[in-house]
Amino acid sequence: MSTEAVPAVADTAVLLDARNVTMQFGGLRAVNDVSLQVRTGEIVGLIGPNGAGKTTFFNCLTGLYQPTTGSVFFDAAPLPAKPRLAVRAGMARTFQNIRLFHNMTAIENVMVGMYCRTKTNAIDAVFRLPRHRREEVESTRRAKELLDFVGLSGSGDTLSRNLPYGDQRRLEIARALATDPKLLLLDEPTAGMNPQETRQAEDLIFRIRDLGLAVLVIEHDMRFIFNLCDRVACLVRGEVLVEGPGAVVQNDPRVIEAYIGSPATQDGSGDA
Amino acid sequence: MRVVIPDEFKIRFRYPARALGLLGAVLMIVSIFLPWAYGHDALDDMTFWGAPSPLQLFFVVLPVLLGLLLAIPLVGKQRLGALARMVAWNTTAKTAALASLVVVVIATASIAIELGGLVNVDPGAWVALLGGLVAAGSTPFLPDSPEPTLDRLKSPAWVQILGIVAVMAAALFLAAQALSYNDAGSFITFAALLVGLVLVLRQFGVFDWLRVAGRSNNRVLVLSAFVVAFLFPFTQDGKDANMSIAAQVLIFASAALGLNIVVGLAGLLDLGYIAFLGAGAFTAAVLSESAYSHVNWHPPFIVTVIIAGTVSSVLGLIIGAPTLRVSGDYLAIVTLGFGEIFRLTMINLDGNDGPYVTNGSNGISNIPDLNFFGFDFGKAHTILGVDIGRFANYYWLMLLVIGLVILVFTNLNHSRIGRGWVAIREDELAAEAMGVNTFALKLLAFAGGAFLAGVAGAVKAHHDVSVTPDQYVFLESAFLLAAVVLGGMGTVMGVLIGATILKLLPEKLRFFSDYRLLLFGLLLVVMMRFRPEGMIAEERRQLEFHAEDEELAEEVQEELALYHDHLHPERGSFEL
Ligand SMILES: Nc1ncnc2c1ncn2[C@@H]1O[C@H](COP(=O)(O)OP(=O)(O)OP(=O)(O)O)[C@@H](O)[C@H]1O
Ligand SMILES: [Mg+2]
Repeated sequence: MSTEAVPAVADTAVLLDARNVTMQFGGLRAVNDVSLQVRTGEIVGLIGPNGAGKTTFFNCLTGLYQPTTGSVFFDAAPLPAKPRLAVRAGMARTFQNIRLFHNMTAIENVMVGMYCRTKTNAIDAVFRLPRHRREEVESTRRAKELLDFVGLSGSGDTLSRNLPYGDQRRLEIARALATDPKLLLLDEPTAGMNPQETRQAEDLIFRIRDLGLAVLVIEHDMRFIFNLCDRVACLVRGEVLVEGPGAVVQNDPRVIEAYIGSPATQDGSGDA
Repeated sequence: MRVVIPDEFKIRFRYPARALGLLGAVLMIVSIFLPWAYGHDALDDMTFWGAPSPLQLFFVVLPVLLGLLLAIPLVGKQRLGALARMVAWNTTAKTAALASLVVVVIATASIAIELGGLVNVDPGAWVALLGGLVAAGSTPFLPDSPEPTLDRLKSPAWVQILGIVAVMAAALFLAAQALSYNDAGSFITFAALLVGLVLVLRQFGVFDWLRVAGRSNNRVLVLSAFVVAFLFPFTQDGKDANMSIAAQVLIFASAALGLNIVVGLAGLLDLGYIAFLGAGAFTAAVLSESAYSHVNWHPPFIVTVIIAGTVSSVLGLIIGAPTLRVSGDYLAIVTLGFGEIFRLTMINLDGNDGPYVTNGSNGISNIPDLNFFGFDFGKAHTILGVDIGRFANYYWLMLLVIGLVILVFTNLNHSRIGRGWVAIREDELAAEAMGVNTFALKLLAFAGGAFLAGVAGAVKAHHDVSVTPDQYVFLESAFLLAAVVLGGMGTVMGVLIGATILKLLPEKLRFFSDYRLLLFGLLLVVMMRFRPEGMIAEERRQLEFHAEDEELAEEVQEELALYHDHLHPERGSFEL
C-alpha cells in the first residue's frame, strides 16, 4: 500500500472538485449528494457493490449526464456541460463495457483520441496544406508512442475488434491518453483480465500517475484497488459511505458489511 | 445457387473435363467463321462465311482465354514456376466457360428476337452454343484452384505503369466501342461480354495486381484515368448523341459522389440531395443572361459557380443545423420534406404567388452557353482534325468538376476529418466522449456535400439550357442514392460505376427506360440480399455488413495496414 504517498499530494492543487452531485432517474436516485476531490498526481479509487452508482457518477463527471443537482469543478472552473468540452478541459475516460471503434485499427483509434488537440480543417486537408502534413506526421508519431507506452507496440495496424480482450482495455487507455488529459477516469480497467494482465495494468496506472496525471479508478478487485490508490471512496446505494486512505477504508466495518451484506461479490461486474 | 460437385468426382474426371472444356473452346472459336444469322439486320450482321463481324471477333476473346487457361497448365508445374501457384487456372477457366455461354445465349436470343424466330439462327450460332454448353458443362468438374495471388508478383515500376496505362487505354477503347452500338441486342451482347471479361480478369487476379501497382504509382493511375477520360471525346468524332450521354453521366456521377460524402463517409441519410443540385442550377440560371431572369447582374461564370455552391451550402446549413443534433432518422425525414419544399418554392417564385425569380413551373430557359475567354461552349471546334461538339465542351468542364469532387472526397477521407467520420459511424457517443466534435463534422459533410452539388448544378444549368422545378424531384434524389448504394458506399470507383450504369442503361436501352423504376428496384433488392456493400466494397463498410466474417476482418486489416502507410500520410491522397 502506498499510504505514504498521501502527504505528498495533499497540498497539490485540487483538480476535480465534485460538490454534492445528485443524479435522479425518475424515482431512482442513482447518485445521492456525492462530493469528491481529486488532486494532481493522485490515484483515487471508487469502489462499491453493483448498482451503487459508480458509473453514473463517472457519467456526471464527464458531461454524459447532467447532474440533477450539485456541481462539478475542474481545474478551478465549472466543468462544461458537453462530453466533448469536458475532454478539451482535460478529462478523459474509458468505458466499463469497452467502446472502441471496432472497425478501425489500433493506431486509428488512438488518432481519433487526438482529434480535439489537432487543428487541421477541411481546406488544409483537401489541398494537403503544410498544417495537414505536419499534424498527420506528428499525430502518427505520438500515437505510436502511446501504443508503446501501454504495451501495444506491435499491434498498431490490427483492427481493434481483432485484439485480445486485455489489449482492447489497454487500447482504450491509450485512446484516452491521446486526448492529453489531466485526469484519467478508468471504469473497471481490469474487468476480464487474468492476474498477470492485472499486474501489468497496475504498473501502467502507476506510470500514468508518474507522468503527472491524476487517476480516478473504479474497480471491484480489492487487492488491485488497495495496492494502487492513495485514497479510496466507497459508494453504496448512491452515497459515499467512507472515504479515506486505503487502509482505513479496507478495515471499515461498514464497507465490509456493504460488500458481504449485498449479493455482489468482489469481482462482480455490470453494465455501464 | 451453387451446385456442389463432390471432390472425388473432380479428381476422377479432371482429364475428361479438361479435354471437353478445350473442345468447347475450339467449337466456339471455329463458330465465328460460320454465319450466325440468316438476315443482315441482326446484331452487327453475322451472315458471312469466314469473315467474322466485329462483335464475333470481340466474342472470341472469351473462348480463346478459356482455351489458354485450360491448355497452359498442361505444360507442367515445373515449367510454369511461380505462375502455377499465383493464378487460379481452373477456377478462372470455369468463369470463362460460363461467361462464354452466357454471351452466346444472349447473342442467339438477340438474333432470334430481332429477325423474328429461331429459324433465323444460322449454324454458326448453334455450334457456338454447343461449344458453350460443352465447356460450361465440363469445366465445373475441374478441381478448384486456390485463390489467386497475382498481387504478390513483384514487378518493376515500368511494368506496373505500363500495365496501368494499358488497362486505361483498353477501358477507353471498350467504352467507346460499347457506346457505338445503338441497337439493344448488340449493346447487351457487348455489355455482357465486357462483364464476362471483367469477371474472368478478376478471377485471374489482374485487378489485385493492378491495385498493388496503382498503390505504388498513385499519381500515374490518377493521371492516366483523367487523360483517358479527357481523350474520350476524340473517339466520338463529333457524334453528339454519345457525348450528350457522357456529359449527363458526369453530371450525375459528380452529384452522386457529393452525396457519397454525406452518406458514405459521414453516414448520414439525405433523401433530398437533388434540391442542392437544383439550388445551384437555379442560382446559375438566375445569374445568367437568359431573358427569363430579371436579375441584371451577370458575373463571370467562376463567380457564379462559387455563389451557386455557397447558396446550396447555406441551404444545407439551414436544414442541417437543427436536425443534425438529433438522431439520424429525423434527418432523412427532414431532407425528404426539404426536397419537396424546394420544388414547390421554385414553382411559386413566379411573380404571382411570390416574387418573380424562377419563372415558376416553366422555369428559366434559353440559358446561353458558357463562354470562357472567347471559347464558346455552344460551338463545335475542330481539334486535331476531330470535331469537338457542344456536349464535348461541357463534358470537359464536368471532368474538372468531378476532379474537384474526387479531390475533396479522397483528401477529406484520408485526414483527421475522415477518421472522425468513421468514428461517428462506428460509435457516435464514444466519439463524442473522446472529444470529437460530432455535430460540426456532420454539418461539414452535409454543407460540403451541398456545396459540391451546387457547383455541379451551376454547370448543369448551362448544359441543359433550361432549368425547371420538375427536373429536381424526389425520384432524382432516389436515383442518386441508388447509384451510391449500388456502386459501393464510401468508394469513388464504385459510385462512378454505379452512376454510369444508372444513367447509361436507360439512355441506351429503350425497354430499360420504360421499366427503369421496376428494374432498378429489383436490382437494389437483389444487391441488398447478396452484396449489401455494393459492387465495389469499401473495406470498413464491408466489415460493418459482415460483422461475423473473421477471414474478411483479417483481409481488411492487411488492406488498411498497407493503406495507412503511417510514415507517409500524404500517400493516402488522390487514391481512386
Ligand atoms: N440512464 C439510466 N436510466 C435509469 N437508470 C439508470 C441509468 N443509468 C444507471 N441507472 C441505474 O442507476 C443505478 C446505478 O448504476 P451504475 O451503472 O452507476 O452502477 P455501478 O456502480 O457502476 O455498478 P456496476 O458495478 O455494476 O458497474 C443502477 O440501479 C442503474 O440501473
Ligand atoms: Mg459500472
